[in-house]
Amino acid sequence: MASEESEACDCSALPPLSPIHLQRLDGRQTYDYRNIKISFGTDYGCCIVELGKTRVLGQVSCELVSPKLNRATEGILFFNLELSQMAAPGFEPGRQSDLLVKLNRLLERCLRNSKCIDTESLCVVAGEKVWQIRVDLHLLNHDGNIVDAASIAAIVALCHFRRPDVSVQGDEITLYALEERDPVPLSIHHMPICVSFAFFQQGTYLLVDPNEREERVMDGLLVIAMNKHREICTVQSSGGIMLLQDQVLRCSKIAGVKVAEITELIQKALENDRRVRKEGGKFGFAESIANQRITAFKMEKAPVDTSDVEEKAEEIIAEADPPSEAVSKPVLWTPGTAQIGEGIESSWGDLEEEDEEDEGGSDEVTILDSVKMETEDQNVGNHIGDDTPIVLSDSEEDEIIILEPGENPKKTRTQANCQQGKVPSKKAIRKKKQQPAD
Amino acid sequence: MAAAPIPGSGPRVARTMLGQVVLPGEELLLPESAGPGAEGSAEQTLRLGSVVRPRARVVCGPGLRRCGDRLLVTKCGRLRHKEPGGGGGGGGGVYWVDSQQKRYVPVKGDHVIGIVTAKSGDLFKVDVGGSEPASLSYLAFEGATKRNRPNVQVGDLIYGQFVVANKDMEPEMVCIDSNGRANGMGVIGQDGLLFKVTLGLIRKLLAPECEIIQEIGKLYPLEIVFGMNGRIWVKARTIQQTLILANVLEACEHMTTEQRKQIFSRLSES
Repeated sequence: MASEESEACDCSALPPLSPIHLQRLDGRQTYDYRNIKISFGTDYGCCIVELGKTRVLGQVSCELVSPKLNRATEGILFFNLELSQMAAPGFEPGRQSDLLVKLNRLLERCLRNSKCIDTESLCVVAGEKVWQIRVDLHLLNHDGNIVDAASIAAIVALCHFRRPDVSVQGDEITLYALEERDPVPLSIHHMPICVSFAFFQQGTYLLVDPNEREERVMDGLLVIAMNKHREICTVQSSGGIMLLQDQVLRCSKIAGVKVAEITELIQKALENDRRVRKEGGKFGFAESIANQRITAFKMEKAPVDTSDVEEKAEEIIAEADPPSEAVSKPVLWTPGTAQIGEGIESSWGDLEEEDEEDEGGSDEVTILDSVKMETEDQNVGNHIGDDTPIVLSDSEEDEIIILEPGENPKKTRTQANCQQGKVPSKKAIRKKKQQPAD
Repeated sequence: MAAAPIPGSGPRVARTMLGQVVLPGEELLLPESAGPGAEGSAEQTLRLGSVVRPRARVVCGPGLRRCGDRLLVTKCGRLRHKEPGGGGGGGGGVYWVDSQQKRYVPVKGDHVIGIVTAKSGDLFKVDVGGSEPASLSYLAFEGATKRNRPNVQVGDLIYGQFVVANKDMEPEMVCIDSNGRANGMGVIGQDGLLFKVTLGLIRKLLAPECEIIQEIGKLYPLEIVFGMNGRIWVKARTIQQTLILANVLEACEHMTTEQRKQIFSRLSES
């Protein structure tokens, strides 16, 4: 596409004039990997793997489905890599490019066909219900070597993932929520990791972990998937170069070393995350989300005018009807057991509510409520003076029953007191008015 | 709009948001800074075309868009403001969003580095990193005539300027200024290295009296071209030095001044 790019890579690929010119663009040595960084999200099974500037987001999800007919006792693994335009403008949205198909196929071979996940353990009821594990990989930024980054992201996400616990009793399958039972990790036999080798000049020069510019001018690519026990899971050679036997052997040796390093890094990252999670701290890229504000969550203050609330409340109280006095007399069944009416509202429930409001700040009491509450309030006030824990009196005047004397001390607030001081006279008048009607 | 405003979703005053992160879709209010009597001193949404207030000339830069009589944010980044040159403040000036992005959108007058991808008739197609390639007439070079064609091959690097850059239209480049002089533009020489950085870094480097450029100039003798489309072409005496320069420039984006000074002093020692 561009001359300057081939020119730039000449320094690594072409036989140089002097050995000092044998340089990779980013100053790495032939067998160097770029820096790998693994971070986790707040959810299980979510991770971001950065390989230099290449970034891949991995997310694992699970679902209960019916198994395939020919494999009744095996769970289903599904891999999906997506190359969005966000990663590089050259990727077309919505179309399966050759590169994407190739990468997806390679990932499937690397992870599913190597049987790194125990699919039998994903079976819930044979032939009826199995877990389908879906691994979604999104390329967030493209700077070459997508395969390696994606394979690391996939295996890290799988290792990090926890599926909900399930129990089977007879025909009944119970699925437990994350709060009910600790979710269970997947059983992972080994961790296959892809290592890419780029070849230039028909295999004269070899580079590990090619970046995007090196990938553009390479002649061939060899991908070796291997686990830390040096078991090769997949080998794929593309680009149509003829490789010699000892070249492939040498690559597999390098891959072994690299895989051991990467596996160690993954285990360290997983261990780190587990520890931080246990301590309950912030973890993963959740850390980078600042506490301050996301504009959408901001609530604006709504000022409430409370200047003339008291007068208004007084007014309303003066106009309002007294609370229903239909509380029936308590029926004493046996000593210690009493029945108050039948399905008629009891007033001691409101007492609690009133308490909370009082503590929250009595200025912001809504006006409608205040009618009821203040009338309640003064009733309470009357009883504080009595200091009797439970009043079960038959007298006509005292018809409100208070069953929660423990709440009373809280009422000694200046405001409550002054209200009590003012209102009782009114109430007394009203009560007297009511008496004849009864 | 009879519905009561939902708390938290209402527009906010731009002046209080300076330096803070804004998100696409947010609505901003500009201070209505006309003299006394103009609907009190309350903050008002920017009204377009209603009353012209010559004293409060507000320019909305990248990342902000006027939509009807509202001012909406279209990019994610920090809100910036520059007082008008005349001083006095009074609510005018330029507002823009400082965002971190890599995708270039052609803007008229920008100097960019493009790669020639095709020759068709009397036009070159130049890839500038935008949504579509720009066109460049072979007559738009210094001294070019119908008979005297410039020597431009597919794959060459072009440093040019946009004369047409509209939405939904093919942008057009030229390599001459209004006097017909090259003025530094044209085909970039053979060697050197082109690399891409974020648009933010380019703006930083092209800012007047940028320290990074001055320090880099002391390091090695070099030739360097910055394109507003996020491309930098650099050439030093040796490939090694070129690579060092490219990597240092790339790394400059996320370094503090002290870190940068350290690296530069270490490089100049070696």
